[in-house]
Amino acid sequence: MGAGVFEIFGISSQALLVQLLLGLINGSFYALLSLGLAVIFGMLNIINFAHGAQYMMGAFTAFFLLQYVGLGYWVALIVAPVTVGILGMVIERLFLQWLYTLDHLYGLLLTFGLALIIEGVFRNYFGASGLPYQMPESLTGGQNLGFMYLPNYRAWVVVFSLFVCLTTWFVIERTKLGSYLRAATENPTLVRAFGINVPRMITLTYGFGVALAALAGVMAAPIYNVSPQMGSDLIIVVFAVVVIGGMGSIMGSIVTGFGLGIIEGLTKVFFPEASSTVIFVIMAIVLLIRPAGLFGRRA
Amino acid sequence: MLQRVDPATLATDRTRSRAEPIAFAIMVALLVIAPFFAYPQFLMQALCFALFACAFNLLIGYGGLLSFGHALYFGWASYIAAHLAKVGAISFPVWYWSHAWIWVTIPLPPLSPELAILGGMLAGALLGLIAGSLAIRRQGIYFAMITLALAQMMYFFALQAKFTGGEDGIQGVPRGKLFGLVDLTGQTSMYVTTLVIFLAGFLLIYRIIHSPFGEVLKAIRENEARAISLGYKTDRYKLVAFVLSATLAGLAGATKAIVLQIASLTDVNWPMSGEVVLMALVGGLGTVFGPVAGAFFIVTMQNYLAQAGQWVIVIQGVIFVACVLLFRRGIIGELANVLRIRL
Repeated sequence: MGAGVFEIFGISSQALLVQLLLGLINGSFYALLSLGLAVIFGMLNIINFAHGAQYMMGAFTAFFLLQYVGLGYWVALIVAPVTVGILGMVIERLFLQWLYTLDHLYGLLLTFGLALIIEGVFRNYFGASGLPYQMPESLTGGQNLGFMYLPNYRAWVVVFSLFVCLTTWFVIERTKLGSYLRAATENPTLVRAFGINVPRMITLTYGFGVALAALAGVMAAPIYNVSPQMGSDLIIVVFAVVVIGGMGSIMGSIVTGFGLGIIEGLTKVFFPEASSTVIFVIMAIVLLIRPAGLFGRRA
Repeated sequence: MLQRVDPATLATDRTRSRAEPIAFAIMVALLVIAPFFAYPQFLMQALCFALFACAFNLLIGYGGLLSFGHALYFGWASYIAAHLAKVGAISFPVWYWSHAWIWVTIPLPPLSPELAILGGMLAGALLGLIAGSLAIRRQGIYFAMITLALAQMMYFFALQAKFTGGEDGIQGVPRGKLFGLVDLTGQTSMYVTTLVIFLAGFLLIYRIIHSPFGEVLKAIRENEARAISLGYKTDRYKLVAFVLSATLAGLAGATKAIVLQIASLTDVNWPMSGEVVLMALVGGLGTVFGPVAGAFFIVTMQNYLAQAGQWVIVIQGVIFVACVLLFRRGIIGELANVLRIRL
């Protein structure tokens, strides 16, 4: 063992840090996805079950761009969220806008149906196995930090998603545009009376939330393979993340997302059998102790 | 303090329609003659799903609670029933005081089908009690997400546990002899048994819906705050409804394990939770007969489109979207609306 390597409970720091990094990456995706869900829920009062499918569509858009157009990762990072976001806005205009006066549950059922349609179509054409997506050349390789090897791409994913999350938080909590959004969440009728086009704001919000999911999908493409069911497994975990954090606070979603990713990573080191269930167990414990969620307000 | 109103006095004759007994008679008649026209295997499968959908509908249709994880009770009950009927012996780890897990085995012989089904049903009830007491801590959309997440957790347990057989499931479950007397290997005896189980479950749900308890449940669905202000402990009502629904879903799952002689991961995974929502939605949420019609509709569709592969899922998605946007009342709900009766 080299310098800087130490052991905790018989586990080398090397293994621990690798899993911690993997946990942070998963946490980035949890944060981006739960942030999108929270923004959409705030404006539309709909839980977007199609979020996982839209994340998958983001990854597939990146795959198509590279395969058929020859455009690489950096272009995909912009084009995929915009494309999928516009598709989201079409979905909002075509389907979701009719549900705002109904019970919230119908929104969940409709978006669940949409998720089935999207996933089914992709499965039909691309099967259930994953397709590889090449990492951008500028991000291959890694840094030897002495105590661990840090792959460049993974560092990029963590830093960039943190940047996107914090920018979103800043826009919503600290800018004029964000204040309109928060006002429309609280009382749409009043905001409309002030001459702001709330329906258009709702459409754009949905598009933005969906674009966040697609962005996460592009970032996930080089790490996990691109596959039709990559979203459906993830979205259920993200639902648990949302229950734990509560959808009341933007910063809460970000903190909970990253935090749970890290906890999941650590579980992989100390008790690997439980790594797929640890977030659900935490959800159950949080429900027992703080039913409203860590950052939630009691509705 | 306000005098609590006895719900029995609220349940006037209007809530009981004359059409329901007639429709029930028609349904029983159809199910009795059905085996002469359709494959019994298909009918039995549809009956199990119909009971499952009715159990689910008890929660959403009458309590306003959308459980998105009902595969948990259906699937786990079918695993338990299949295990009891095929192997019998139960082993589980116990925390021994001197810092060690020890495996305790209850040496049971393979059980007869009625005991296996009872065991599955109890498993459904127990799981419903645990998941329900967690889920009722939050309302509305969170309730749906919690039930889904808990079901996914138990799906991972089913994937890892030894006795479930992982990807293979538990195959070749013997149908055995009912009460040690009636051989269920024949399709006729199995069909009659399944039909009796279905009708018993259906009538129980009908009785629950029209009981004072059911009336309180409907009050909670319409306006929970008001029900609380009238002095009802709504959490207790919701939990009892949840456990009843999970128990009956367990009965359906356990019966399915005996009928189809298999318990597999499909039955505990989230698409199954979605499927039962779809059945109730297609038939009509909050109608007595809707889930039965919906279950027969969806199972028939799946049988006819078995060759279509993934397109079945796409079609299910389209039906979801169409039902939510255009036919929120469902088949039976629309029919009742046209005929101006309650079904």
